[in-house]
Formats: sequence, structure tokens, C-alpha cells
Amino acid sequence: MPVPEILEFFIDPSRCIGCQSCIQACSECDTHKGQSMIQLDYIDRERSTQTLPVVCMHCDSPTCAEVCPADAIKRTEDGVVQTARKPRCIACNNCVLACPFGVPKMNTRMNLMMKCDMCYDRTSVGLKPMCASVCPSQALAFGTRAEMAKLRPRSRPVNTFQFGRQTIRTKVNVMVPLEQVRETVDVTAAMFEPTIGHDVLDDVFRSEGDA
Amino acid sequence: MNDLNADRHAPLPPRSVPPDGASPSRQPRWRRDFPIDWNEDDYVSRRDLIRFVVVTSGAFAIGQIWLVWKSLFGRRSAVWPEQPVAAVDDLPVGGAKTFSYPPGSTPRLLVRTGPVGFVAYDQQCTHLQCPVVPKVSEGKLHCPCHNGWFDLATGDPIAGPPQRRLPRVLLDVRGETVYATGVEDSTT
Repeated sequence: MPVPEILEFFIDPSRCIGCQSCIQACSECDTHKGQSMIQLDYIDRERSTQTLPVVCMHCDSPTCAEVCPADAIKRTEDGVVQTARKPRCIACNNCVLACPFGVPKMNTRMNLMMKCDMCYDRTSVGLKPMCASVCPSQALAFGTRAEMAKLRPRSRPVNTFQFGRQTIRTKVNVMVPLEQVRETVDVTAAMFEPTIGHDVLDDVFRSEGDA
Repeated sequence: MNDLNADRHAPLPPRSVPPDGASPSRQPRWRRDFPIDWNEDDYVSRRDLIRFVVVTSGAFAIGQIWLVWKSLFGRRSAVWPEQPVAAVDDLPVGGAKTFSYPPGSTPRLLVRTGPVGFVAYDQQCTHLQCPVVPKVSEGKLHCPCHNGWFDLATGDPIAGPPQRRLPRVLLDVRGETVYATGVEDSTT
């Protein structure tokens, strides 16, 4: 049974309070018990407490599936990109490296990539995903577009992203301020910036003072 | 402002979009062989495989049981009509002719082996249904397809691939006419 078309996923990063409820709820899902598929990113931990929950955006052109050499990642007709098929996944990590949103996670112990599948067992029967059902500030929300318009009158959903020359449309929407003009972020330019939340230097001969 | 952002939200297509955005017919072959869309992929689940194996082997088993049943309890003797096949004088010693018995059957082969001796067999080789050729001087029937040999007197296979004997047509010579009166089973 496909996920009802009228129900959509909305991420509102500005509402995230970093409580990690979504991570906890995700790891309680029956299909992947004990393993959370959500990553809570700290935007700039040194200066801000702002956090951002990362769930799968479910692209119309899923890069993870494009790069999969084992044909293990599939997209169902309702637009949900499913987690890797266990008999096919060879744990090569291609999808983990390729995803522009940084969603797939490699479970090295099980030799299996696991990613957010929008709680397919729940959403396909009309329930909310685990994360959206527990999020206290509804930074992760699952509902109809009309509900969202009513609850977030100063935001609007966006689902089109630009990566280099490739435009990607996603099933999951990100709420942006109503007056926000279109912004283009050069992803490759940020490739050599220090990783979020970690002060790890790539160049071992360079001391921290030189930076 | 709204015009600038008009394209920021678009509904998703039911099928995945290739990175170059071109139509599916213009995509390379490997993309059709390894589709990203679930519906276009061929999955054989363990349950499907087991179901297939059980059903096919069950069908084979039932077929074997049916064959055993048929050979044990099937009607063995059919009532054969009597049919004139040839006049004795038509066929010289060592000569042969084909006929149908009963009418419409596969070709049968009548061979005159001596002044009073006549034999008749199904002309189809029991290996792969090639027509057999009489070699009266050698007392054999020869199938040239795979070099199979049958005994002319009994129809038993004596060399080559055939394993079963040729079905024998029972004959009755009365007066100047040769009559076919029945066909012997060849299953043993």
C-alpha cells in the first residue's frame, strides 16, 4: 500500500530544539530496532545551539540508487526511496558518500546500508513516521499541505534543490521563511571546510595555530 | 517574489528521473536493465522460489503417478479392425510398402521376408521418429538418422540409440491377400 499522496513530510529546522526525541523514536521502530536513521546536525556548535534533524529527503532522482553497484536501493511508486535490499547490499559505502544530504548510514556490523524510509511500515497505513509523532516542537511534521499552511502561516514548503547543474526535487519538504528569496549554495566549495562538530585537521603537518 | 519562487515546489513524478532528465526511451540499456523503480524490478523472493519448486516438482510427481496408474489399470487391448493391406502377388520377396493402419495412422511398413513370410512394423524409429528403412538381405531395419538398427524378424532394437522395439502390426495372410489385424504395444 503506497503512502497517501495527500500526506507529506515537512522539516522546519528553525523549530528544532535539539531534544533528540526523533533519534530515540527512530531507534524504537520495529523494522530497525536499536538503530536510528536520523542524524541531528549542529549547524555551528561553537556559536549556536541550532540543530537540524536530517531525514531522507526521498529524491525524484535518488543519487544513492544511481551509484549503487548492486542495484539494492529502490524507489517505490509513491516516491519513497527504500532502504537497501538486504540480499543485494554489498556494503560498499557508495551511497553513503554520494548522497548530497548525507542520509544513508552504513552498518558495518551487519554489512548493510540502512537509511530512513519514512517509516514505510507506518506511513503506508496512514500513520505518522516515528520521528514526526514524537517531535515536541513539530520541527518534523507529517500532515497535509493545508494543515501546514494553517499552522505555519509565515513559512512555505520548498522541495527543489540545486546541486551543481543538477536539480533535485524531493518528496520531503523543507519549510523556509515566506519571504525567502532563492539561494544557491555551492556545495563543492564547502567540501574542504572542517567537518561539522569535529575539529579534525586533514593535514597532519599543519598545526592548529596555522589555520 | 512569488514568481521567483514559483518553481521551488513541484509535485513528484511516480517514476524516478534520470540525472540527465531525458526520457526513458533515450536512456542507455543498462538503466532499463537495472531500474531504480521498485515496480520495474524483478524480485524473486524466497517464498516465490519455494512455491515454484514445490508446484513444478508436484506436477512431475503427479504425472509419474498418472503414468503408473495408466499402465496398471489403463485399457490395454483395443479392438482392431481387420484391413486388407496388400495382395500377396503385389510384393516380391524382399519388397516393402507403406500403409496406414488403422486409416489415418502414422505410416506402417510391410516387408515380405520370404515366399510366405510377411512382417509389418510402425515405420517410425522409437528413438526420434525417423522413418526406418528395411534391409531385408541383412535381416534388419535401419534408421539412418542416428544409425539405429532393429531386428527384422522381431522388431527388437539391436544397435544404436533406440531402446524400445518397433510396434508390430499383426498380420494374417488369407488366400491372396494380407490383412492387418492389430498392433502390438511397444512399451516393453
